[in-house]
Amino acid sequence: MKLIINGKDRESAAENLAALWQEETSELDLPGPQGFAIALNGTVVRQVDWAQTPLSRNDRVEIIRAFAGG
Amino acid sequence: MNTPIEALTIAGTSLSSRLLIGTAGYPSQRIMVDAIEASGSDLVTLSVRRISLQGHGSDTLRLLAGRRFLPNTAGCETARDAILTAELAREALGTNWIKLEVIGDRETLYPDVGELLEATRQLVDKGFVVLPYCNDDPVICARLADLGAAAVMPMGSLIGSGMGVANPANLELICARSPVPVIVDAGIGTASDAVIAMECGASGVLLNTAVAKADDPVRMALAMRHAVEAGWNARLAGRIPRRGRAQPSSPQLGLVGS
Repeated sequence: MKLIINGKDRESAAENLAALWQEETSELDLPGPQGFAIALNGTVVRQVDWAQTPLSRNDRVEIIRAFAGG
Repeated sequence: MNTPIEALTIAGTSLSSRLLIGTAGYPSQRIMVDAIEASGSDLVTLSVRRISLQGHGSDTLRLLAGRRFLPNTAGCETARDAILTAELAREALGTNWIKLEVIGDRETLYPDVGELLEATRQLVDKGFVVLPYCNDDPVICARLADLGAAAVMPMGSLIGSGMGVANPANLELICARSPVPVIVDAGIGTASDAVIAMECGASGVLLNTAVAKADDPVRMALAMRHAVEAGWNARLAGRIPRRGRAQPSSPQLGLVGS
C-alpha cells in the first residue's frame, strides 16, 4: 500500500499506526515510543490510539521524534 | 548573604533558575548533561524532527530525565507548520509548553511577525503555554502578550551570532512595559551579555550556542548561571547614576598635609 511518510512516497504493509511505527523504528531497538509522535493527514494521533488507527492508501503520515534543540 | 534569587514564574509555574538552556550542538552528550547541570537551569529546550536512523534522540531524553522540557518549533516558516509541530511536540514530550519560532527569512532567522501573531493566537486557543521568539520591538511584544503569550522572548541579536544585546534601550522599554516575563532569547555570546540583558530588566535569558560552542561548555554554563544571577541582583539593587566627572569616594576632610 502506498503511503506518504515524512514527505516521501513509500510502500508499507502496516495496517495501523502502531505497526507502522514498529516498522519504521525496528533498527533503533527502542523500548517504546517515548519521545515520538505521529500525525495522520495533518492531525496528531495520540499514542494510545495508534493500534486502533487504520491506514489507507495515500495517507500522509508524519513521524517525528524529540531531538536536541535550542 | 548567599540566598537564592527570586523564582521566575511563567504561567503559574515557578522555576528556581532564570536561565533557560538549549541542548543542541555540544561536543558530546556527556558534556551536554554536565553543562546543563552546571547551568542550574530548570527548563531545557528541545526540537522535534522527522525520524532518521542517525542521531540520538531517545538517548537525549533519557539523559535529561527529570528536567522540564520546552520544545521548540525551530525552522517553521508558517503558522500552520508551527502549530502542527507544537501539537506533535506536546504528544512526544507530554508538555503543553512551546517555544514558538516562526521564521521569515532563512539567512537572518528573523521572525515572520504576521505568522507569529497568528500562531500565538491559535496555540493559546488550543491550551498551549506559548513562549514566542520575537523581534526586540515593544509593540510586537505587547501584541503577543495581549494574545495570551505566557512570556515574550525578544532577540538580543541574531540567533547564533554571539553579538549580545544589540539594542539595550529597546530591551529596557520592552521590560518596563511588559505584563508578562521577558526572556532574552538569541544572541548571547558570553557572560557579560547575559548580565546586560538582566540589568535591562529581563526576567530571564535563553541561550544555547554560547555554552555549547564555548571551548569549555561546562565552565561557560557555570559562568552564565552566575551572570544571570549577578544581572538580576544588580538590577534590583539599583545602579548609581552615570556621571561625567570624578567624585571621590574617600572623605575629603582631614587629608594629611592640608
